[in-house]
Amino acid sequence: MATSAAARADTFPKLLIRNAGLYAGRPAYRHKDLGIWQVWTWDEVLAQARAYAAGLSRLGLARGDTIAIVGSNRPRLYWSVMAAQMLGAIPVPVYADAVADELAYVLAHADVRFAAVEDQEQVDKILSVSDRLPKLEQVVYDEPRGLRDFDHSRLKAIDDVIREGGEALASDAVFDQWLDREIEKGQGSDRSIILYTSGTTGQSKGVVLSAIGCINAASDTVAFDKLDARDEALAYLPLAWVGDHYLNYAQALVAGFCLACPESADTAMADMKEIGPTFFFAPPRVFEQMLTRVMIRMEDASSLKQRLFHACLGLARRHGEKILNGERVPLAARALYALGELLVYAPLKNVLGLSRVRVAYTAGEAIGPDLFSFYRSIGLNLKQLYGQTEAFLYLTAQPDGKIYSDTVGSVMPNVDLRIAESGEVLFKSPGQFIGYFKDEAKTAEVITADGYVKTGDAGFIDAKTGHLKIIDRAKDVGHLNDGSLFAPKYVENKLKFYPNIREAVVYGDKRDFVCAMLNIDLTAVGDWAERNNIVYGSYQELAAHPQVYELLARNVAEVNRSLAEEKVMAGAQIRRFLILHKELDADDGEVTRTQKVRRSFVAERYAPLINALYDGSHEADISTEVTFEDGRKGSLSARVKIRDVATAPAPGALEKAA
Amino acid sequence: MRSPTGHEIAAGDVLLSIEDVSLTFGGVKAVAGVSFDIRKGEIRAIIGPNGAGKTSMLNVINGFYQPQHGRIAFKGKARARMRPYDAARGGIARTFQNVALFRGMTALDNIMAGRTLKMHRGFFWQLVRFGPALTEEVEHRHRVEEIIDFLKIQAIRKVPVGKLPYGLQKRVELGRALAMEPDLLLLDEPMAGMNLEEKEDMSRFILDVNDHYGTTIALIEHDIGVVMDLSDRVLVLDHGIKIADGTPAEVQADQAVIDAYLGVAH
Repeated sequence: MATSAAARADTFPKLLIRNAGLYAGRPAYRHKDLGIWQVWTWDEVLAQARAYAAGLSRLGLARGDTIAIVGSNRPRLYWSVMAAQMLGAIPVPVYADAVADELAYVLAHADVRFAAVEDQEQVDKILSVSDRLPKLEQVVYDEPRGLRDFDHSRLKAIDDVIREGGEALASDAVFDQWLDREIEKGQGSDRSIILYTSGTTGQSKGVVLSAIGCINAASDTVAFDKLDARDEALAYLPLAWVGDHYLNYAQALVAGFCLACPESADTAMADMKEIGPTFFFAPPRVFEQMLTRVMIRMEDASSLKQRLFHACLGLARRHGEKILNGERVPLAARALYALGELLVYAPLKNVLGLSRVRVAYTAGEAIGPDLFSFYRSIGLNLKQLYGQTEAFLYLTAQPDGKIYSDTVGSVMPNVDLRIAESGEVLFKSPGQFIGYFKDEAKTAEVITADGYVKTGDAGFIDAKTGHLKIIDRAKDVGHLNDGSLFAPKYVENKLKFYPNIREAVVYGDKRDFVCAMLNIDLTAVGDWAERNNIVYGSYQELAAHPQVYELLARNVAEVNRSLAEEKVMAGAQIRRFLILHKELDADDGEVTRTQKVRRSFVAERYAPLINALYDGSHEADISTEVTFEDGRKGSLSARVKIRDVATAPAPGALEKAA
Repeated sequence: MRSPTGHEIAAGDVLLSIEDVSLTFGGVKAVAGVSFDIRKGEIRAIIGPNGAGKTSMLNVINGFYQPQHGRIAFKGKARARMRPYDAARGGIARTFQNVALFRGMTALDNIMAGRTLKMHRGFFWQLVRFGPALTEEVEHRHRVEEIIDFLKIQAIRKVPVGKLPYGLQKRVELGRALAMEPDLLLLDEPMAGMNLEEKEDMSRFILDVNDHYGTTIALIEHDIGVVMDLSDRVLVLDHGIKIADGTPAEVQADQAVIDAYLGVAH
């Protein structure tokens, strides 16, 4: 059993030795090079990594040193991690697309003496900031092209390091034994890796993880998803991201499965089709792009194929998810679904390279319920997980067959999850980090007195399913005056799932009740208006139409009903709403360029409307400055109506008269 | 007029020398008594205003035009008549001002076509595609894959070139020229119509080709900034006459060149 053996091996190099014995002839790494897939078996990888470690040690890398790893997913960079860990050095992967300045910050902060990089581009970048890296001694590179004329006093090809290391091991038995002892010296409590978080706020922090923590965490998920040596994954996620180190490096070593490195970042999706991975992770964005590609290509198909495609997708929508979850489905539907599998689903999955996928995960942001159920309905076992670097990824994940698009799953085995008074999610986990590198103060900030780690996210355990729901960043979560929890993004997301509502901004923190300002979706509502013979001349006119208010009031009431079902959120139902007379626009600074609402800015700009929402009036005048696309400014004034909505009865929530 | 003197970059022996070459079409003098040379391993730029005779000069070099007057020596051997075929066989490859690829074929096949002259098995061997012919093809494919890797076009290997954006088509064309393993590579406006990023990429590739394969390169380009950055020596033509020849810095300071580009008061 893989897990018990893994329990004995407490560092990754020891796991590698175990795998070289257990799965000697099985593929461990693949890399498409010059158009052909190259394969290394586990015993070959061990030999390479040992030779590499020997070479690095001859160059001066020693226990406790840090070594930066910069580049895309290539076997030799993964082996750089292994070789460093064999010597007790600590690898520090850095995002390959980091600009020189970020790179310099991380490398300097991590005190790296060595760097293993992909190619000339990365070498150039490091050399350009070398005056800020006084400790850096040696750079090794994978791809020699364009580096011939560089000063090689501090520069060496990884191939040469491995070759010279291998020769030294072969000719010197004492050295060979010394390396074995070095590997043996490694302990579970050693610092195994430092992962720098991308740092959306301020400078990035180095998350230090212990070897045994990494291995224990990975062993749990390998067992959870029943991964074994026959599995295969495509290594295309950034090396420096916890997801890649966890899902690919750690899980592959624990389960003994094979990691395929694509030819280049651009070819990843084509390479995926050739490899046919059985374990696949992608952020929601990638799944969305894949679906869009399919839909665009279907537009060009013949009408017969189009009709077949849409008929089969309709069938999948009705029964696909139930079949995947193992629920009861009428026999006739099952038979039709099997036919659909033959005609549409299987070929479709094949085109996307998903044919052999047994377990697929997505995480990082909220995935739209339609998108999520599309993939599940065609038979892809797509699930969500929630985690973070500090936990070594997994905190919760959806078990096979128990999938809800709006939860992130149940708490993983051996993870201790707690919701704080403030609604913040706290945890203790097997992979829990040791601390931030050289930053005691920040470490202390995120650890509670009783040893739990703060995630910075607010969430709650859904009473019905027992799964965790993440509602918002903890700092954005507020409270109504009656004390009930108010998570603006959670409510806004619920509103935005309705096609009629394009954008929503809700207010309620330190107020008596929750109010919403909405933007209609001109395409969806315009379409609806056409079908219902509603004449309108502009966005403003349509937005103010009484029947449109009627339409949206129904959506808001539905949101209220769904909020009422959740005890924690029931207090934050929407009492009053209005439809804005203009669309929130990045040119006016109301949303960011990435379409995130700037809530406080909007509050200032529309202060008269907000006052009206809370003082009980039924309409309000507003005049705002707008920026036209050619940069001219003008002003737009309107009288905006405000509408009351009934709230749904909430169990246990304090009811107050409106 | 200035002859290239004391050039620091160790450009080796003369690869190609052009002496007093003139080319006329009817009464029009495209090239009039031009002399210059291209040395082994250098990047040689030919610039000049529109109609200066730059492309004509390239066509003379690869044998597409026969000059009425003058001597041409390639690799030390003076040439009498030469056809483009002989030039290709002799080690001169080129790309064109307008992309000239087989549009229906994939990028891979286009570059493979550049290996034609290196294939030694005859038509019938190729037809059965077995034994020695297969071994040969595998070897050629290996070289082509190296070029694909070099130019970073793995993602479009199997895409028909007609579907590719212009910048990538140019790259495939460069790949096909490289597949010939030329001694002299002629590039006719390799960056025409490209945006800044594509230009930077292409410049990088040209420098890498020169550095990695040691290929001598002669290029025509309008973007003076690119020319000054890339080339070791620059030849300036105007109305078919050589008006300057030297390092980028020398040429930039040359009054005749400034006049040709900015015009002079008549």
